Amino acid sequence: MNWLLSGDLPRSRILAFLLIGILACLVLAPFVFPGTRSLNVAAKVAVFILLVASYDLLLGYTGIVSFAHTMFFGIGGYGIGIAAARLGPTWSSLALGIFLSLLASLALAFAIGLLSLRVRAIFFAMITLAVASFFQILASQLSELTGGEDGLNIRLPALLQRSRLATYYAVVLVSFVLFLLLLRIVNSPFGRVLLSIRENEFRAEALGYRTVVYRTLANCLGALMATAAGALYALWLRYTGPDATLSFSIMIDLLLMVVIGGMGTMYGAAVGATLFVVAQNYLQDLMKLASDSASGVPLLPNLLHPDRWLLWLGVLFIVCVYYFPSGIVGRLRR
Amino acid sequence: MRFGGHVAVDRVSCAFRAGVTAIVGPNGAGKTTYFNLISGQLAASAGRVRLFGEDITRLSAPQRTKRGIGRAFQLTNLFPRLSVLENVRLAVQARADMGKSLLSTWRSHVELLEKAAFFLERVALADKRDTPAAALPHGDQRKLEVAILLALEPEVFMFDEPTAGMSVDEVPTVLQLIEDIRRKGDKTILLVEHKMDVVRSLADRIIVLHQGELVADGAPAEVIASPVVQEAYLGISRG
Repeated sequence: MNWLLSGDLPRSRILAFLLIGILACLVLAPFVFPGTRSLNVAAKVAVFILLVASYDLLLGYTGIVSFAHTMFFGIGGYGIGIAAARLGPTWSSLALGIFLSLLASLALAFAIGLLSLRVRAIFFAMITLAVASFFQILASQLSELTGGEDGLNIRLPALLQRSRLATYYAVVLVSFVLFLLLLRIVNSPFGRVLLSIRENEFRAEALGYRTVVYRTLANCLGALMATAAGALYALWLRYTGPDATLSFSIMIDLLLMVVIGGMGTMYGAAVGATLFVVAQNYLQDLMKLASDSASGVPLLPNLLHPDRWLLWLGVLFIVCVYYFPSGIVGRLRR
Repeated sequence: MRFGGHVAVDRVSCAFRAGVTAIVGPNGAGKTTYFNLISGQLAASAGRVRLFGEDITRLSAPQRTKRGIGRAFQLTNLFPRLSVLENVRLAVQARADMGKSLLSTWRSHVELLEKAAFFLERVALADKRDTPAAALPHGDQRKLEVAILLALEPEVFMFDEPTAGMSVDEVPTVLQLIEDIRRKGDKTILLVEHKMDVVRSLADRIIVLHQGELVADGAPAEVIASPVVQEAYLGISRG
């Protein structure tokens, strides 16, 4: 177990239970929570754990603020979508789509990193914002290739097309393995250099670490993982489109998940993504229950109306940041 | 070295050999700028920096560190939220050129951890190995700065006021460390220091900077006695 977790044990009993609970729910979801909706939520949780973890590699471990992460997520989705649409629903077209999208992400992340990681953090953030906006426009304009605003419906190879269960477990398994790989990376000597760059870039340089190289590598690794997450999400949804992968609201959600879970802890990504996705999907139901049960009380039913779920999510976020500035995992590990 | 219209270091041409060379001068004389030019934190606007005959003028600070120039900073420059041991381990890891190892865990490299612990012993910080660097008192932070430099195992040691802000009891530990390196006889040690008693006790050679220029260079007794130094540095006027 120590080897599997790269020596980075939860160091808190509650956190250990939480993580085991999340894993158990993901593995048993098709049997314990039957139904399309719950399976959708579980698959989204699995994909977003990987996506948030890959973003935390940049934000939490290296101190890089990038707004291009959903772009890489989108490249993964479109890679699968375009390959399946053009070459047919075969395993080889899926593999080619994934390979080419990984290659495209690697090239883009390398170029963005090398050209702009030398500049100050705020400029880097602005450059990634500009590139991501450009990509979003490109995806909607090249409608012949990408399906434009409508996106692309994806037909999968027979096995995955027939069995949702097989697709679900493939998504969970690949997400889990890649999450463990990220955990290994952040606990490697390379990961410690990233931490040192976050802490004091000037000092890291003086020790002999060429920080621009490390930051570019981290950018590439984060991009590759986000692309893999995008491909998995497209596989699960059998669809890819601007709103499903490229939207800036996903970028904001990612930021919130990293902060809520705890920056600079891979387990924070798991906890933050799970909490956020579950709240996003079930808070409305919970509020409907609360609103109905408070029907006799003045004002309260209105406040708890399911339409106000975003307001309450915002309140939850503020409370989280106020009481757990180092995130839930940071607090639990203290 | 030129900052706009101001020339901070002007044609200071020196060759440093094994032993301790102290660089002294009043505040603003250009000592730290001179250090920055050697270690690569600043790029020279003119002139050359050579290390063992190789021109390193255009090399970045990390490249110079890899070639054997190690530096401790005047203002403590640590990784504040990382543990004391981790601060030193990162230097040991840099020296072992293992920073790009992605698939092993840092904990599995026991040899690096042991080496880092050894350098902490040398600066008497072994009992604080798990404390975050930011939580150390100032004197201990200075010692940690020195431990990081030792862990780089450079050919050229650059100490920028290593005893500044240390209590009287802590100073001998650091001076002894510098003396130990000197005694081995094969390393070049550059020392910026204001305290003349420290300079007298350690230096084999003193160079004096004043307003960015080299005003004296020689054996300690000779330089300290020189009238130009008495006036420029010690503030004693000639007549």
